[in-house]
Amino acid sequence: MFKMTPNVLRNLISKKATRRYPRQVRPPYESVRGELRNDSTQCNLCGACALKCPSQCITVDKTAGTWTCDPFACVYCGVCVDTCPAQSLTQKREYRPPAVERQTIFMQGEPRKKTKTPEAVESG
Amino acid sequence: MQGDIIAVGPETLVREAAQAKVDGYRLVTLSCVELDAETVDILYHFDKDLTLKHLRLTVPKGTPVPSISAVHWAAFLAENEIQDLFGLHFTGLAVDYEGTLYLEDEVRRTPFCRYSIRQSDKNTPAPDARQEMGEN
Amino acid sequence: MFKTVIPFGPQHPVLPEPIHLKLTVEDERITEAIPSLGFVHRGLERLADLRDFHQMIQVVERVCGICSMIHAVCYCQGIEELMAVEVPPRAKFLRVIWSELHRIHSHLLWLGLFADSFGFESLFMQFWRIREKIMDINEATTGNRVIISVNVVGGVRRDLSHAQIKWVLSELQMIEQDIKRLENTMLSDYTIKKRTVGKGLLTAPQASELGAVGPTLRGSGVAQDIRQTGYAAYGELDFEPVVETDGDCYARCKVRFRETLASIDLILQAIANLPAGETRQKVKGRPEGETVTRVEQPRGELLYYIKANGNKNLERLRIRTPTFANIPALLTMLPGMWLSDVPVIVLSIDPCISCTER
Ligand code: SF4
Ligand code: SF4
Repeated sequence: MFKMTPNVLRNLISKKATRRYPRQVRPPYESVRGELRNDSTQCNLCGACALKCPSQCITVDKTAGTWTCDPFACVYCGVCVDTCPAQSLTQKREYRPPAVERQTIFMQGEPRKKTKTPEAVESG
Repeated sequence: MQGDIIAVGPETLVREAAQAKVDGYRLVTLSCVELDAETVDILYHFDKDLTLKHLRLTVPKGTPVPSISAVHWAAFLAENEIQDLFGLHFTGLAVDYEGTLYLEDEVRRTPFCRYSIRQSDKNTPAPDARQEMGEN
Repeated sequence: MFKTVIPFGPQHPVLPEPIHLKLTVEDERITEAIPSLGFVHRGLERLADLRDFHQMIQVVERVCGICSMIHAVCYCQGIEELMAVEVPPRAKFLRVIWSELHRIHSHLLWLGLFADSFGFESLFMQFWRIREKIMDINEATTGNRVIISVNVVGGVRRDLSHAQIKWVLSELQMIEQDIKRLENTMLSDYTIKKRTVGKGLLTAPQASELGAVGPTLRGSGVAQDIRQTGYAAYGELDFEPVVETDGDCYARCKVRFRETLASIDLILQAIANLPAGETRQKVKGRPEGETVTRVEQPRGELLYYIKANGNKNLERLRIRTPTFANIPALLTMLPGMWLSDVPVIVLSIDPCISCTER
């Protein structure tokens, strides 16, 4: 009997374990894998990320020069960030906030030129 | 693969399984692998003091497989699972769900078969299951 | 005596996941229990047809929402065996560290839920408060709380820095103290004993005959733990399986409680012996052949059967999760018990239904 009493008394005098959440937010840890960002100046639209993504939520359209990601299907694994040869993908430290509407992460880049420039051959 | 693999036939399966039990083996589980349109492999994994032993039974689809749940009662769940997902039929199951462990009554497709057979008519192959999965 | 059939679940206050038990009762005593599954069957094994073998890591992590790391370890181990990849020693130790962190948080979650199942809600809160610290360690060291996605074929994707190791050690010390403070309540409180001692008996011969695994098996006095086979770096650590002999709910509870402390000890050992060097081996090619690999999950032995034929998709992936093996044992525990003890007994095998059905 009364085995729990010491714990109860301890809880009475100890600090709160919870935070008053919306007003007080713990800063995210250094290496958290949060929302995905693509840097349009670096991405060469090679499509490696779309190929490797396990949830197949990235679509790359080389001719139109667009890169789209469906953040609701993304599982924050970071595989795309690891594979991107141009290091244009990064993950923010914050998670995506809840939303009431469907969103996409969209990036308009330089469309691939029709005639093969040396650069296009290299990155293809 | 760790452990010995012993090939068994439908006649010797129950005897070998009983022998494993006498030898003090614990039934780990059953794995069913589709080999081609006609045959499946059922692997019976046994364990004794952290070493594995497997019985491999190769059967044509559509022929009933003797159940080992009379010897190893715990096999009934795995056998029912195979019955649901691969459309095989086990005879002498301790508890027979008749294909409703995972599936609904009216479902007559075998979801884990690449070359699926309808349970109502086991001899006519149905359209490729994989294709249908993609369409849904 | 009149026979009544009472449905238990699929939605039941004590069960976070859907399983349905058809209980035949005479008076208030149970005479027979028949399970029915299939409420959350997802067909993840068949997803191997659509995702390549690297992408399957993220899929198998989602088989179980609690011990995702250990699923990935098992899967990667199998693929590595097929491709003859030698994993760097540091990666093996890191896998042990994260696996044990998962085991601790899974056991703490269970201890909390178990306390909740007999109505001891403040104890539930205490355990879950400790668990939050483990989740923080996971988040800070790997980037996510539960599904940590650190495994790749050939090693791990993250490394522990010096500062992180120091912080983890100090956190673990606090966690150990916190858990020990609850030992007196969890293991010798009168009400808890009243609800658990002698309930859901499973003898040692029954347990091995029915193929029980994990704490359910070890609570019945069979000292079998797949970690004894020394996969990953367990072979280089000092490890003894935790065994209790009574075979009732109380014994299973004791096994899990002691295992959390044993896991902390394993992490400390792994950190002390952590070798320097690479954490990831580059892999080329595709797997071919068939293999069976096993690891120890918080709930027991996990078995993967992998068959590959040199394509980028696997030919067959078979996952046998521990709860699947423990259900027959549960069905033999129930007959003869009072109806009011069913929630406690069902929870005592730590059922994880979504991983049972995959
Ligand atoms: S892998 Fe990198 S460079 Fe290639 S398309 Fe994706 S974001 Fe762009
Ligand atoms: S984080 Fe993972 S799931 Fe999300 S886009 Fe990148 S690869 Fe796909």
